[in-house]
Amino acid sequence: MTSPLTSRPIDSAVRIVSLYPDLLGTYGDGGNALVLSRRLEWRGIPVEHITVDAGEPVPDSADLYLVGGGEDGPQVQATRELEQSQGLHRAVGNGAVVLAICAGMQILGHRFPDAKGTSRPGLGLLDCETIRVDRPRAVGELLTASAQLTTPEGIIELGQLTGFENHAGRTIPGSRSQTLASVDVGEGNGDGTEGVVTGKIVGTYLHGPALARNPLLADALLGWIVGASAMTPLDDVDVASLRTERIHAARHHELAPRRSWRDILRRS
Amino acid sequence: MTAAPNPASATGPAKNLRPRARLAVTAGRVVAWASRNVRFGTGSVIGGRVSLLIDPNLLSELTASRDVVIVSATNGKTTTTKLLSSALGTSRPVVSNWLGANMTPGIVAALAAANATDTAVLEVDERWVDSVLRATNANTVVLLNLSRDQLDRTQEVRKLAEQWRIALQTTPPRTVVANADDPLVTWAALAAPNVVWVGTGQEWTADAAGCPACSGRIDFTDTGWACSGCDLRRPSVDVVLTNGVIAMNGRTMSGELALPGRVNRVNAAFALAAASAMGTDLDQAFDGLDDVREIAGRYRVAQLGDTRIRLLLAKNPAGWHEALELLEGPSTPLIIAINARIADGHDPSWLWDVAYERIGQRFVVAIGERRHDLAVRFRYGNINHIVADDLESAIELVRQSPAYDPTMPIDVASNYTAFQDHLEHVGGVL
Repeated sequence: MTSPLTSRPIDSAVRIVSLYPDLLGTYGDGGNALVLSRRLEWRGIPVEHITVDAGEPVPDSADLYLVGGGEDGPQVQATRELEQSQGLHRAVGNGAVVLAICAGMQILGHRFPDAKGTSRPGLGLLDCETIRVDRPRAVGELLTASAQLTTPEGIIELGQLTGFENHAGRTIPGSRSQTLASVDVGEGNGDGTEGVVTGKIVGTYLHGPALARNPLLADALLGWIVGASAMTPLDDVDVASLRTERIHAARHHELAPRRSWRDILRRS
Repeated sequence: MTAAPNPASATGPAKNLRPRARLAVTAGRVVAWASRNVRFGTGSVIGGRVSLLIDPNLLSELTASRDVVIVSATNGKTTTTKLLSSALGTSRPVVSNWLGANMTPGIVAALAAANATDTAVLEVDERWVDSVLRATNANTVVLLNLSRDQLDRTQEVRKLAEQWRIALQTTPPRTVVANADDPLVTWAALAAPNVVWVGTGQEWTADAAGCPACSGRIDFTDTGWACSGCDLRRPSVDVVLTNGVIAMNGRTMSGELALPGRVNRVNAAFALAAASAMGTDLDQAFDGLDDVREIAGRYRVAQLGDTRIRLLLAKNPAGWHEALELLEGPSTPLIIAINARIADGHDPSWLWDVAYERIGQRFVVAIGERRHDLAVRFRYGNINHIVADDLESAIELVRQSPAYDPTMPIDVASNYTAFQDHLEHVGGVL
């Protein structure tokens, strides 16, 4: 079941690490680990999920690392610990896949703003920089045009990306990175694009969680590890219904479906 | 349609007020009365808003000659307010806004209808603690917990903790009753001169891993917590809940409560601590707790045709953590409803922070405006589920299931606006 693209031994489990969910787990991003694990299990591929809390050593030999979104204070703490540990840096050097969401994407870049707006050095693994801009926080449904990952082996189609964004920064992709897609509805990076990809590190502003709403993105990340041919079709009926409903809601700006006048008077 | 009594003839504190405040109260009542009669709901919020437009200082005026206690938290504030009202009510007249209108307009509306000296037990939204405390000079403040809620709308929990801390420094109450097991609440309450610390054990700690004082890491153990970066740590407690027994003032209380679940024991411990701090005899206060059987429809068992349903409310991960204690035992099918309107928060990503796997083998029907988000969550949780369009069809699906037990009410667990819809469906607040 292994692919020619990787050197993973047959029968060994895919190792997925959730990094610091205690610091960077505010917006349900922990669900991404569950989605990845299940999509491997359902295909009969063994998986091992490891949770690394703040203060614990970061293993450098896993296949896939997940970094979630969080508040400003814990974001700085997570950066400090990851910088000290260097475990993630070594893993990336070994070719590990990383999915970084929102605050996670910001701290993996070259620089990001802290709670006071001061620019701080990031981990420098993702070729982008996040700056504070004078505009209201971007909060709402985020929908992109068809997204793609361009890899040395070819283009991977991801379909439209759908999710919920909730962030203040503007992210500027660097020259060594690509973006995931152009934005249809919402803010994204802030320049009409969404997401930053450097090698096998994927950053995005999508919560929802991102992989629950975008199964092609989940399978693309897993395909990098076990080979695209192992990504056999799954029963995604529930996901398809959710995508149809959310894409419709984003297009029609239905943030509060069927909110009546009675609701407004009673509860506002 | 039952018309409310003529508002101008209602009793209340109006005669002791300045003319402007009196006008504000009367105008608010008229608007509330009109709103009720066109069936817009209770009318209390809109009436309170009109009153405050006429007299912005009305809350100060309405609380000038009464004892005030504020109850705030992410979860449990409505229940604790009701329990505390009932405990205090055994020894003195009490007025409360326990129907959930917990910002200044709702509070003003509740107080305007009461006698001027009744003790006010106020449920206060987390974001409104500062302004309500300043206006009322409350002498007791009860702070239960802070956790993630309404991700798109509410401020980050650390900022709320900081607001509370500054509020307690600026307007120090005589007593703060605070949760020693919640680092965010502890840090806020340490700013107050006199704190009764309550230790009930906190199972949901996912929002408190970063220290609010130094953003260092907080280490939790079975017996407490401490920051690894500064000297913030769990204070020694004055009131303890262990295995359902509440211990305080050298006494233990272990009688049954009408409300189910561990979480309501926790709420009761806070209510007793506050009632005791306010001078109520403990035995009397404990007896008062047992009078509370449902909280604005929560836990109600209602008849719908020839089916009985039990209404449960859970609004956020910490709330679901407690609600799942009631849902993980039985094997009968259940219904879960999720909306994402403004009062719920538009982002239901938190569904993935809830361990719905604890439902086990129970068959679940997902309803509500975000039923497809629920279905995907259940799919990845390997939970046996189906999606239905509304409560009626969900009940029909449950009744057709082989695991349905007609002698048991069907559990319907919902988040905020979904719960309100279901409550209205079965006849509203009693």
